[in-house]
Parts: sequence; C-alpha cells; structure tokens
Amino acid sequence: MNRVVVTGLGCITPIGNSIADFRVSLFNGTTGIAPFPHYPEAPGDTQGFRFTQSAAVKNFDAREHLDSGIAVATDRTTHFAIVAARQAALESQLTAHYAPEKIAIIVGCACGGRQAEETETIKLYTQNSRVHPLTVIRTMASAGASNISIEQKITGPTLNISTACSSGTHAIGLAFQMVRSGMVDAAITGGHEAPLTFGFLRAWDSMRVVSPTQCRPFSADRDGMTLGEGAAMITLETLASAQARNATIYAEIVGFGFSADAGHITQPHAEGAASAMRQAIADANASPEEVGYINAHGTGTQANDITEAAAIHQAFGPRASQIPVSSTKSLHGHSIGASGAIEALATIIALKENLLPANTGVTQIDPAIHLDVILGSPRSITPRLALSNSLAFGGLNAVLAMRPI
Amino acid sequence: MNNVASRCIDIIAKSKGIPPDTITLASTFEQLNIDSLDKINISFEVEEAFNIDIPDEALGTIRTVGDMVDGVTKLQAARPPAAATTS
Repeated sequence: MNRVVVTGLGCITPIGNSIADFRVSLFNGTTGIAPFPHYPEAPGDTQGFRFTQSAAVKNFDAREHLDSGIAVATDRTTHFAIVAARQAALESQLTAHYAPEKIAIIVGCACGGRQAEETETIKLYTQNSRVHPLTVIRTMASAGASNISIEQKITGPTLNISTACSSGTHAIGLAFQMVRSGMVDAAITGGHEAPLTFGFLRAWDSMRVVSPTQCRPFSADRDGMTLGEGAAMITLETLASAQARNATIYAEIVGFGFSADAGHITQPHAEGAASAMRQAIADANASPEEVGYINAHGTGTQANDITEAAAIHQAFGPRASQIPVSSTKSLHGHSIGASGAIEALATIIALKENLLPANTGVTQIDPAIHLDVILGSPRSITPRLALSNSLAFGGLNAVLAMRPI
Repeated sequence: MNNVASRCIDIIAKSKGIPPDTITLASTFEQLNIDSLDKINISFEVEEAFNIDIPDEALGTIRTVGDMVDGVTKLQAARPPAAATTS
C-alpha cells in the first residue's frame, strides 16, 4: 500500500480566502463569526431568529475568480469549491504530473446549491415566476465536483459525498483510501458549502441548537453552534511520487475511520464516535498512546461536546485527559459539508508548523469534560499522530489520522 | 380537563402515535418516551396551535404534560389581546 501525503492546499473560509490568511487567523485566534445582515427575503421586519451571528466568507466576488459563464451557471457553494480546488491544484501542479484519468476528485457537500434553490423557489411559489433554466445545474449537490473536474480537465473517479456534517471528512478519507490502494495516483479532495440562506438559518433556528451569541466549544456556558460557510481543498499523492518530484509535503494522512451510531437521528452516541477514532488509529497501524492532538468536532452544543468528550475517554482511557484538544469551529463556525475539510486543513497546518490551534473564545471549560482543551494561545507541540473528528447528524462519524512528515 | 390541556394532549398523542387517553397531566415526558427531538417537535406544534413563543429556557424546565399545559396557559395570558386566538 502507498503512503499518502498532502502536497497542495486551498481554501475560501470565514477566516481567510487564502492559505496564508487562513493560517494567520488560525493562530492569532481571529474569529470569522459576526452579525449577519438583514435578509431581504424575510417577510416583514422581524427576521424570526433566536440568534444574530454566523460565520460568513468575506470579500469574495465570484466574478473576480470565474468567467461570467461559469459564475452564472453555478451557486455560491460551487464558486468556493472551484476556487479552493484551483489553489490546491496550482500549488501541487497535480495535473502536470499525473494522467487525468488517474486523478480522483472526491469532495463533500451536504446542501448543494442552496442559495439558487431558495431564490428560484420563492419566486415560483409567490409570483408563479418561470424557473431559471440553469436552476438544476446550480442546485445539484454534485455541481462542485463536476465543475472542478471540468476546470482541471480531470477525468478520474469523481464523486460528491453528502453525509451532513461529516461530508468533508468522509470525502478526504475515501480519497486517501483510493490513493493508498493505488486505484488512483493522486486526488483533489475536501469539502464546500454555502448554506447561509434565510430558509436554512430559520430551519436551524427551529431546532434550538444555534447559539444566541456564538459557539464556545467545551465551555461551561456553551449554548449552541454557529453556522458557517466555505471550502477547503487539498491534493493527495503518494509519498514516493511527491518525493521524486520534490513536491512540498505538508503532512501524511495515515488512517481513516468511519462508523455509524445506529442510535438517534440527532443525538450523538459516544460509542459510535469512539469506534471511529479507534478505527482511524488502527487503520494507521498506530496505537492510541501516539495521539498527541485531536481537532474535535466540537460544535458548542450541549449534546455534541459532552458526548464527544465521553467518546474520547472511551477511546483513550485514563490518558484521554492528557491529549490536547481544540475545536477550530470557535473561529470558522460550522459549515456543515465543508467543516470536516476546513478542520482537516487546520490540522495539516498545525502538523506542518508544530503549533496546535487554541479553542478560542472560551475561558472556563465544562468540568464534566475532563479534557486538556487548549485555551488562550496556540501550543507549540509536535504530535506524533493527530486526529480530526467529524460527528454528523444521523450518527455518521468520520475520523482522519495524520502524522507530521 | 380544560381546553388547553386536551389540545396539548392531542398534540402529544399525534406526535408520538399513541392514544390520547394514555396521557394524563401527571405523565412525564420520560414515561411517554419523548426525547429531546420529540420535545422540540411537540413544542413547535404547540406554539403553532396556540400562537405563542416558548423560550428556550422554559423548554428546558418542562418535565411533565402538566408543566407544558401550565406554561402554555401563562404564555397565553401574557400575550397582548390583539394576538389572542380563540382557545
């Protein structure tokens, strides 16, 4: 089996539209969470929200990055996907070194073209307007994967994975398996999502799990999640090939674990998450003692954070409370299908820079958690092995294991 | 049993797919197998039926059907007269 390494990075996120900006915000603890403006679609002055903040991408104009034909035919989520993938592909020069049919594109997107869907639906239902002929291709969840393939002229296995909050992590995990097995020589993989529409936010509002202030993962006074948007894409290839061509190598992906809780459609079960963590470690031919950092799913909800803590204790036993943990959602929010990819990106950068990001905005950890949550400043540590967790609604868990290299 | 109580019980019964006569004011949500998601679902239906807004904090304190009925009654009473529905 091949060893698999990360050779290119790209992102459009609430804390930076380039890797350079992303890493500055990550380690400075600069939040991308801010009040959202009034939604013009809202019927009346009252928006009907219990919360006021989201983690939106800033200063992104699709017309600056895409020709007008592509920009018009695609939703905001696909704009993010194309541009982030382009950054990663440009850095790695993947298509210059591998045959197009031997490169995979495996991305995660849970919501599809949400903005286009709501815009057209509102007009149809309220005004009986004609539906724009590009609506189907704007809204289909696979639009990101397809458009990356078209721009990069890649003809290999191309998929979109939709598993709610774990979509990005599942995508990277499957791409890793494909390169490891030799099924493909390389991959562009990650996640993208742009779901911050009026309807989507109101739907989440009804579930009463969004923080009226902002997410504070593992905090004693945490009161919910903060919704976000964005994209993160990475390129994968074999270590041998990357070394032979002197590519920049960021980190090594060494394992992937995924499981289902078979429990409840919204309430997480610790056993399922623990199983995914154990599987990722076993898949890496590693031992739990080697794990030196966990980038947690850490949404900031009462249910997730306590259950994820319990899962970490189940997976690691007495050593659990000594493993540094942080949730970077405290900066970039929860962007559903893109989250796992943005968090994988944060973990890769952490391994490259020997610096673990802090769990920002929290001063007092829930005493029931019993974890070493990184507070205040980033921590200068080189973990031998790091995990990145995603624990989705419906009990779909995905965990990536990575090593510095 | 007053109208508010019987309407609340009907909503819970429909949500859980159980006969209304198996539910009393003393029934706990735990006894009725109402989990956190059911509770949010039922509260939504109750808010719609009575034109009220149940605050998150109040939701957290509801343990029995009686608690829900009391809460609905208080929220109805606190509503401005123009917003009242027949109930």
